[in-house]
Amino acid sequence: MKLIRFADISLRYKIPLRVSALVMITAIAVTMVMVLREYDESRRDLVAHAAGLGRVLADTLTAPMIHDDLWRAFEVIRSPQRQGNSSFETLAAETVVVLDQNLLVFVSTQPQRFPLGINPAQLGGDFAGILARLESEDSPQQHLLEPAGSGSIYMVTPIIADGVLLGRLVLGYSRQVFIPRLGNLAARAGLVTLIALSLVLPLSAWWGRRLADPLVTLASAMDQVAVELPDPDQLAPLSTGDEIGHLATAFRGMLADLHEKKQIEQQMLVSERLAAVGRISAGIAHEINNPLGGMLNALSTFRRHGALDPQTEKTASLLERGLTQIRDTVAALLVEAKVESHPLTPEDIEDTHILVGIAAKKKNARLIWDNRVDATLPLNSTLVRQILLNLLQNAVQAIEPGGIVNFHTYVDAGHLVIVVENDGAHIPEERLPFLFEPFATDRREGHGLGLWVTYQIVHRLDGGLDVDSRPGLTRFTIDLPLPETA
Amino acid sequence: MHRRRFLQSSCATAGLFLAGKATAAPTPGQREISIGLTPVFLDHQLEFLKQLRGYFSERLSMPVRFVQRGSYREIVDLVRSSKLDFAWVCGYPYVRYRREMRLLAVPLYFGNPLYQSYLITARSDSTTSSLLDLRGKIFAYSDPDSNSGYLVPQYQLLRAGENPSTFFSRSFFTWGHRKIIEAVGVGLAQGGAVDGYVWDTLEWVHPDLTATTRVVSRSPELGFPPFVARSNIDEETFRRVQQVLLAMTQDAQGARLLKSLNLDGFVPGSDALFDGIATMARTVERFRK
Repeated sequence: MKLIRFADISLRYKIPLRVSALVMITAIAVTMVMVLREYDESRRDLVAHAAGLGRVLADTLTAPMIHDDLWRAFEVIRSPQRQGNSSFETLAAETVVVLDQNLLVFVSTQPQRFPLGINPAQLGGDFAGILARLESEDSPQQHLLEPAGSGSIYMVTPIIADGVLLGRLVLGYSRQVFIPRLGNLAARAGLVTLIALSLVLPLSAWWGRRLADPLVTLASAMDQVAVELPDPDQLAPLSTGDEIGHLATAFRGMLADLHEKKQIEQQMLVSERLAAVGRISAGIAHEINNPLGGMLNALSTFRRHGALDPQTEKTASLLERGLTQIRDTVAALLVEAKVESHPLTPEDIEDTHILVGIAAKKKNARLIWDNRVDATLPLNSTLVRQILLNLLQNAVQAIEPGGIVNFHTYVDAGHLVIVVENDGAHIPEERLPFLFEPFATDRREGHGLGLWVTYQIVHRLDGGLDVDSRPGLTRFTIDLPLPETA
Repeated sequence: MHRRRFLQSSCATAGLFLAGKATAAPTPGQREISIGLTPVFLDHQLEFLKQLRGYFSERLSMPVRFVQRGSYREIVDLVRSSKLDFAWVCGYPYVRYRREMRLLAVPLYFGNPLYQSYLITARSDSTTSSLLDLRGKIFAYSDPDSNSGYLVPQYQLLRAGENPSTFFSRSFFTWGHRKIIEAVGVGLAQGGAVDGYVWDTLEWVHPDLTATTRVVSRSPELGFPPFVARSNIDEETFRRVQQVLLAMTQDAQGARLLKSLNLDGFVPGSDALFDGIATMARTVERFRK
């Protein structure tokens, strides 16, 4: 079995676990402080009790000691132990020993352990130290003795009658007496901790989830980056101003940048391919055009000179038509940018309206026309008209009968912007990269060069071309920079 | 026969009581009977004493006062100086002051007015088999005026040729038989002399207390601690009180109180019962002189 490291656990669990641990540590610390305080208090109580009891007993013991009345002395020292009072039960002395003037045992509550008349120092243990202390005492007084390493504390009270020292009363208390009291306290603290934990755990679980969820979402989104770029707009919005909010914002920015980069890469790929196709087709067209021109010239000369029999005439005509078609196709492929033309006028644009309007009417389509160009522009009118015709004809062809074509053109910041929209079937995503390649059409009519030509023209004019196609709307946007008029 | 007589006397006393009550309400300084008690029995059971006193008062139609003191001597001296009418004392002071007291009644224990003195040691002591084994030990006596708790062991030591005052390393008085058992039980003394009747009764009511001790030997049977009267008691009172004691077995309450006392009843008794004690007392007192 693989051991799970704590560091690997999800924050969802880590936070409640840490909160619980904190609660436990706090509870233990507080309990320890309380237990220590309680111990202190218990000890103070005990010492006060022992001092008072010692004085009372010592006073009561004077008569039996003077009279050498062993039994009465025994009854006196035994009396505190026989109290049924429960609050004093823990304070009952474990050992009570009365020593005479010579520090020999006069009587004790444990006669077996402290035989009468012996020197208790012989018993060793705590008493050796206590006796040594008492022997070195100048003037007898009550004191508390705590032999090092002993489980007991002792309250020693002198028994004095009329200024004469009769003996000493030693009350021995086991430190064990505190244990039930401290145990009770610890048990109560434990219970309170459990209750607190039972409240804190669900709260911290909820809190942990709240804190961890955005991070978990972010983390899984980051995992996705390598597989497929997630859409930044689909990430749950985070408006918090904390670090997680910053992180989400930064991550979203990064995703947007990655998207843009990917698009640029795709566009570059497309335009490089188109440029390559352009170069190849230009080369091929050039290679074709040279012999083609010769062939057409020869055919023309051949038909001009000499009367031809009908069969030959028919063949020559066929050849001529075929060669002409090749020349037209090649010419279409080779976009001629150097066509001389007058600058673009608003009327040029309106002309295309009339031309396309006929086709649109045939299809019962609505052509919404918005031409904001109101001045002559320094653009080649032939080329621009070709762009407009291509785009508008395509749009009309794309729509269903009764569909809408929207045309919109205007000048903005030194650019002529042309927007053509239609509501026909949209262009599938997978076709978009090849949209502008020659013969890439899947339509029956047309030779599939319209968009290729459009692209070439826009490219020559240093313009930009943008396609946005989704269900219900296909939009071509073209912007052409207006040459600086010197 | 006894029963009828008791009933007659009871009616008579009740009549007396009622008459007294009707004619003269209790006058200040009304005659009251005082009875001294000593630890010859379990005299610490105050609730029981209350019942006993109530019983005597009712039977005698006279207020009864119980007087307790810390030692036998105080009670004996009160009887001798006629400050007490009656007292339950030990046989030893009785034989000593026979002329100053009058024997009222002797309790019956197991059917006889006799009892024994027990020599006890701690239960854990399994080696001691006689008093002589306790040489140099600590010994607990009950009272210097007690027969079973003092006179008997003193006498036994003298008979064995020992000096009672030096035989033990130390001895002390507990002023009560029950306390002898406690002292020996906790080990304060290694041996003690105790009233056999008290030990047996305690074994019955407080087995936990006697369980700490072991009876080593029992003395010969001796006269049971008697009830005595001051010597100048009037005959009428003497007779009535004696009658109440002797008739205790005759009614349910008296029988119940006797059962609590672990006694079977009372007999008038005779001086001869205490001859054994008197012999021992003479021996001990001769040694003292």
